[in-house]
Amino acid sequence: MKRDSIGVGVSVGAAGVAFGSVAIAGHFTVAQACVLSLLLFSGASQFALVGVMSSGGSPLAAILTGTFLGSRNGLYGTRMASILKNRGWRRVVAAQITIDESTGMAIAQEETDQQHTAFWFTGFAVFFFWNICTFLGAVGAKAIGDTAAWGLDVVSPVVFIAVLWPRLTTRNLKLAALAAFTWALCITEVVPSGVPILTTVAIAVFVGWK
Amino acid sequence: MSSKWIAVLVTGVLCFILKYVGHSIPAKWLERPRISRITTLIPIVLLSALVGIQAFTTQTKFTVDHRLSGIIIGAGSVIAKLPFPITIILAMAASAITYRLKI
Repeated sequence: MKRDSIGVGVSVGAAGVAFGSVAIAGHFTVAQACVLSLLLFSGASQFALVGVMSSGGSPLAAILTGTFLGSRNGLYGTRMASILKNRGWRRVVAAQITIDESTGMAIAQEETDQQHTAFWFTGFAVFFFWNICTFLGAVGAKAIGDTAAWGLDVVSPVVFIAVLWPRLTTRNLKLAALAAFTWALCITEVVPSGVPILTTVAIAVFVGWK
Repeated sequence: MSSKWIAVLVTGVLCFILKYVGHSIPAKWLERPRISRITTLIPIVLLSALVGIQAFTTQTKFTVDHRLSGIIIGAGSVIAKLPFPITIILAMAASAITYRLKI
């Protein structure tokens, strides 16, 4: 199981190369890319923040989009807290490595001991490889000039499709996704950049309310 | 400090606070059905909008260009459950080839 955790760390961490290079293509610096991976450490939020700002969105729109996307880690935190029962600095470290993969691997286990091991091993493995790969991707992208010529401009949306698709488990969720997609493209030309994305939160509230 | 650094640091801190608060509140608070439905939907709508904006706009203008081929290949690879790195490489290749051929 420890080996599975490290395997997840390597394969997910490798996507850090994509993030590092997308950040550079979006005119972020290598240092900014690395600080995002260390401090924010949540793939979808990182890609979204870079995407919103590089397409001309305000810092506020980028902060809100990134934070809304990161809110699911808070839910994972609540779930993990009931298993881990950490206090003090251990809770601080556990919080930072609470992401899709560490939570997913932990709740897939049956015994409490195994849940603990899966959470810590997966979390640390992803953190380690994601950060190293971010640095390599950022430095690598610096070396190539025209990033569209290498297809880097589709990495971020395809990453989002890969994260999104497995979540569309019911008809309602699919319809909400389609509505958000259509809404964003319909208003993009008439509102400031970043707003088409952020305002879809209203769709989530509207659909989820009933 | 540049606006990018502000966004990087503020989002980083806010997302950590969310994770930490998640670890510190009683599970009951989030178990209400309405809260759980909305929190399931939030990443879904944001990601869908992000796909649309990043694939089909250029500086807020609706645009269909070389990215379309990459998106189609990428989406197809995701649906076909190809491994993640392969999905990304295929999508990049499709987009890059279309871009270089100036289609």
